[in-house]
Amino acid sequence: MPAERPTLSRVLSEYGIGAAFVLELTLFSVLSPHFATVDNLLNVTLQTSITAIIAVGMTFVILTAGIDLSVGSIVALSGVLTTVVLRADLPVPLAYAAGLGAGLLFGVLSGTAAGIFVTKFRITPFIVTLALMTIWRGTAFVITEGRPVWELPEGFSEIARARVSFLPLPTLIMIVVFALAHFVLTRTKFGRYVYAVGGNSEAARLAGIRTDRVLIQVYVLSGLLSALSGILLASRVNSGQPNAGLMYELDVIAAVVVGGTSLFGGRGTVIGTLIGSLLIGVLRNGLNLMNVESYVQQVVVGVVILLAVMMDRLRKR
Amino acid sequence: MASPLLAMTGIVKEYPGVRALDRVDFDLYAGEVHCLVGENGAGKSTLMKILGGAVQMDGGTIAIDGRQTVINSPVDAQRLGIGVIYQDFRLVDELNVAENIVLGQEPAGYGFLTALDRKAEHRRAREVLALLGESLDTRVSAGFLSAAKRQIVEIAKALSRNVRILVMDEPSASLSDHELNNLFAIIRRLKSEGVGVIYISHRLEEIFSIGDRVTILRDGSRVETGAVQGMDRRTLIRLMVGRELEQEFPKEDCTPGREILRVENLKAGMLKDISFSLREGEIFGIAGLVGAGRSELAHVLFGARSRDSGSVQLNGEDFDPQSPGEAIEAGCGLLSEDRNRYGLILQMNIRENVTLSNLRELVRGLVVDRRSERTVAERFAGQLKIKAPSVEVSVETLSGGNRQKVILARWLFTRSKLLIFDEPTAGIDVGAKREIYLLMNDLVRRGIGVIMISSDLSELLGMCDRIAVMCNGRITGILQRQEATQEAILSLATQFAEAEDYAG
Repeated sequence: MPAERPTLSRVLSEYGIGAAFVLELTLFSVLSPHFATVDNLLNVTLQTSITAIIAVGMTFVILTAGIDLSVGSIVALSGVLTTVVLRADLPVPLAYAAGLGAGLLFGVLSGTAAGIFVTKFRITPFIVTLALMTIWRGTAFVITEGRPVWELPEGFSEIARARVSFLPLPTLIMIVVFALAHFVLTRTKFGRYVYAVGGNSEAARLAGIRTDRVLIQVYVLSGLLSALSGILLASRVNSGQPNAGLMYELDVIAAVVVGGTSLFGGRGTVIGTLIGSLLIGVLRNGLNLMNVESYVQQVVVGVVILLAVMMDRLRKR
Repeated sequence: MASPLLAMTGIVKEYPGVRALDRVDFDLYAGEVHCLVGENGAGKSTLMKILGGAVQMDGGTIAIDGRQTVINSPVDAQRLGIGVIYQDFRLVDELNVAENIVLGQEPAGYGFLTALDRKAEHRRAREVLALLGESLDTRVSAGFLSAAKRQIVEIAKALSRNVRILVMDEPSASLSDHELNNLFAIIRRLKSEGVGVIYISHRLEEIFSIGDRVTILRDGSRVETGAVQGMDRRTLIRLMVGRELEQEFPKEDCTPGREILRVENLKAGMLKDISFSLREGEIFGIAGLVGAGRSELAHVLFGARSRDSGSVQLNGEDFDPQSPGEAIEAGCGLLSEDRNRYGLILQMNIRENVTLSNLRELVRGLVVDRRSERTVAERFAGQLKIKAPSVEVSVETLSGGNRQKVILARWLFTRSKLLIFDEPTAGIDVGAKREIYLLMNDLVRRGIGVIMISSDLSELLGMCDRIAVMCNGRITGILQRQEATQEAILSLATQFAEAEDYAG
């Protein structure tokens, strides 16, 4: 085999998925008159924002050759915690601070726990986060006794509905999160360490990097961003739903992998993840507009994931 | 002799932009050891990959027993009786010895639900091992075996497939002298049974002790093929390098300065009573058999392994690093034996690998200042003469010698005062070896203390001011440069403390 040049192939794989994305946009523009409208496209970004924000954290985790299956359950429990606190009859600004704070803090704690189990007890990330996934899901049902948390203060639903000029707030948050993450990964010491630990963790440790700390930070980031998404989702449905975010982990992992990040760690970008998320989001939206039945949609999405990743591998040859 | 067992004629292989092999001829007779030598990048591995079916050639022919054949895949090669033992062994760590030996040869008729005959597997594995004069426990997982034993399993694996052509790529890289002699005995046995062996090595003395013929490759072309008997070391090196190499070990006399490192009664795991000191401008060698505790000692000094008792002083200050990070901070650097596994991040480029341990110094505000990062990387790449089009190329494209220099650059950037080289020239070709030795000279001239762990006695004798010899976790003697000889080192290296073993 010819010598692989990672930087070149990195660019190529992004370019590959980018090309697929452009193709998809063109296709739907032709097939559906409702697709290429400003409103619809903004709507897609709004719908995609929830999983895309989680996918940023997941990208960091996967770059270290880890995985985080607990993200969907964190979405549910952070939404539940936030809404429960919001109902606690606190004066308004304090209620929001406490509610949002509780949700986000939970995300951070969950990530810390995952990181500690992975690093200090040397349990594989798959198992640790699988366990946390069922623990948090169960906790969400226990707290709510299986019923959604309704009757929230007026204004909570505004978070997801607000617009900054023409941009939906969740879309704006998504853009900011991606921009920050891109900056962190490409320009900061922490970003460099993430790639180093994922590329060769033993060599990174022997280079003096505290690899355990990097891993913990990565899971904390994933937990925090999942919680942020959980709050946005709760605001959109104006309630705390214990079964929110079911199977999100799979959608998110799909977006990251479609975006060209290697499950073996060390290679990948958040820009790829952004395109991967949008590609899947646009696909769902386009199929909806074309009145494709939801069962069939699942099949199509699966096929597209395979095709996208296959294309990526072919390009790398 | 009759028609050759193997005849490769006019082999051409092209990669984008380079002709890796240019009309190379190579043949092999039954019962001979044909050595293949050349600098890294000369095309040895590519030629052997073609033979093993891992890579397809772009031109040329291959004949076995005088009949033309096509090798399109490793399966084809196996069917033709070709076995390749790659440098990085291809054993499955989780499977046991027997399972590894018979892997891929499970009876064809077996369906999903047919149980494998484990007894037969172990019997077969033991038979093959017996041919090699080995009595390994076939139930042990391959992951627990030493490098030497893994190699024996690899050979057994090839033999169990009735191999007629056996390729060994740098088999000695991780073997001690004793184990190497054992390997040679096995090779001689295979020869007598009519197996043709292709032997690749950078250690020229091995070629003289085991080879019948030798082929020299340079830049993808065959330079010469001839009987080993008619060659001497000097000629061989000249043919490989393409020019006369003045002096293999360019040792400079240095007057040792003040003491940098003092180790007293160090005890850690298998290491017992380790005491020595190192002075500025000194190259301190550590010799010993594989398993004598040399790498363990390096890891303790580098904070990658904890110690039980004893004291270490670096530059007159107590030195007890709890992590590699602390050791680096204090001015210690380690160049590991396996630089691809423990040194480099292969996905990263030269610049990123060089600055990895000292990014702190390059951070402005929140970000890594890429311009100064690049300047730093370029400065060290220039100083160490790293051969690469730019510091932005991936380290994967570099040769072994240049990869070693990238790690060295990393430790120069952290301003190390003590550098530990663990097998610095393993898998590095003759020309690049000399360059590493010259760099060591340069390092000691800068007042850096160098510890060199090596299994290559000639380089220890050639480069070190003093040589400590280890055996079974303790230092059995420290030899001055003048008194050090191959025999003296070997006798110390096998000086097991028997009296104490009885007592303990």
